[in-house]
Amino acid sequence: MLKVNDINVFYGAIHAVKQVSLEVTEGEIVTLIGANGAGKSTTLQTISGLLRSRTGSISFMDANIGAMAPHKIVERGLAQVPEGRRVFLRMTVRENLEMGAYTQKSNGISADLERAFTLFPRLKERHKQIAGTLSGGEQQMLAMGRALMSHPKLLMLDEPSMGLAPILVEQIFSTIVEMNRDGTTILLVEQNAQMALSVASRAYVLETGNIVMQGDAHELAGNEEVKKAYLGG
Amino acid sequence: MSFLSHLISGISLGSIYAIIALGYTMVYGIAKMLNFAHGDVIMVGAYACFFMVSRYEIPAVVGVLSAVVICTLLGIIIERLAYKPLRSATSLAVLITAIGISYFLQNAAQLLWTSNPKVFNSLMGDGSVKLFDGRLSISVTAIVTIVVCVIIMLALTWFTGRTKMGKAMRACSEDKGAAQLMGINVNFTISMTFAIGSALAAIAGVLLCSAYPILTPTTGSMPGIKAFTAAVFGGIGSIPGALLGGVLLGIIEIFGKAYISTQLSDAIVFVVLIVVLLVKPTGLLGKQVQEKV
Ligand SMILES: Nc1ncnc2c1ncn2[C@@H]1O[C@H](COP(=O)(O)OP(=O)(O)OP(=O)(O)O)[C@@H](O)[C@H]1O
Ligand SMILES: [Mg+2]
Repeated sequence: MLKVNDINVFYGAIHAVKQVSLEVTEGEIVTLIGANGAGKSTTLQTISGLLRSRTGSISFMDANIGAMAPHKIVERGLAQVPEGRRVFLRMTVRENLEMGAYTQKSNGISADLERAFTLFPRLKERHKQIAGTLSGGEQQMLAMGRALMSHPKLLMLDEPSMGLAPILVEQIFSTIVEMNRDGTTILLVEQNAQMALSVASRAYVLETGNIVMQGDAHELAGNEEVKKAYLGG
Repeated sequence: MSFLSHLISGISLGSIYAIIALGYTMVYGIAKMLNFAHGDVIMVGAYACFFMVSRYEIPAVVGVLSAVVICTLLGIIIERLAYKPLRSATSLAVLITAIGISYFLQNAAQLLWTSNPKVFNSLMGDGSVKLFDGRLSISVTAIVTIVVCVIIMLALTWFTGRTKMGKAMRACSEDKGAAQLMGINVNFTISMTFAIGSALAAIAGVLLCSAYPILTPTTGSMPGIKAFTAAVFGGIGSIPGALLGGVLLGIIEIFGKAYISTQLSDAIVFVVLIVVLLVKPTGLLGKQVQEKV
């Protein structure tokens, strides 16, 4: 479904992503783990078209999206929940969800709103509230609900557990599994490697811009090096 | 009675500033740039209307609509050719380009239409409404100006609050990256913002020249600067701020002229601006802008 082939991404002279290749097959949950500054967000931003790779290619559902405008990529069914949520703080919860549905025909929006509210009942109670006044966990729910409004075939999530209490992290992860069961393929970026490896089928480990390990999520969770570096011994 | 009469002139002049200020503030809100050529788009709109209505005797409504169409296209073209290539350039480069476009428009107008002043006949005629046994007289032009400003404000409030495009503009002005991830075409949205601002500039040009009938290639520059001041005064990026800033500025200017000094009225306007910015750096209704990287 998604094939990233040998991409190299730079910020000026900084070489942030080096010769990265990865693949996501339909129906999977794939995770990309790595420490701070490993290049995880840079990789996702490049897939979404916000940054450009100097080399290689990116294809999604057999179309080359490496040079496509970001909004066209979303139209094709590839959405992203960015790092730090980035909800529109001055707009209401409902307006945020409507923005998520920007690529959709307006007559289907109310059904999609209902679906988002069923998944996140908290958002329903607060649909008129300004997003800037939501708690961090609620903003994460909003960011996820908003991304779902575009009916993505593949959803990329960048550190959805960041800054959340353990109980909320559990909840967010079970929602991710639920969305996957409903047919959305997931590419999950996480620093919380333990949680990520427990829900994913396959994983990639990124270290200073290079993919240093990849394979079955279970096997990686049992791997000594991975344990030492990412699972706290 | 003269106080009331000055107040109404002030609100009327301020309405024109407010309509111009909306263009500055909307473009700033979304593109984070000061479009210094905005004042000169007003001048182009006024000339377009002048030629059609006064020279070729086309009906006033058609004249105004054509001016709006011409300025809308002009705004889209300026953005496309001059500003879009500079989307990731430093703000200083963009500012200098905007000043360049401003001079370009003024010089082009001089070449096309010479610098001889044209006398613009108010489209609203020179009638007036008399109140209090004729002691208070309000020109029809002033009334129409105020009404048009109110209609524009209501329309814009509806547009930004209720329509898909309007909400997309708000989303882009908050976070362009996130807006792109929603599938919003940011370049198109910016282009639409320039289109709306320039359409409003055309209306402002017609209203301005109906009240102050001398039209030259530099007609737009002083009102442009004052409307920019009004936008900053009210809080740049804020639509209600543009209205408040514009109207207050108009009132201060007219009262300054009437009660203090004709020569100093412009200076008074800027003194008030400086005082407001010292007390509240974001302007009267401005929000603390958090620049995202
Ligand atoms: N806008 C930028 N300008 C310059 N360098 C950047 C920029 N954004 C990221 N970098 C650098 O690129 C590298 C990769 O950053 P990236 O944000 O992709 O890491 P990450 O894996 O997402 O980290 P984290 O887990 O902290 O979010 C880092 O060394 C970072 O300093
Ligand atoms: Mg990151």
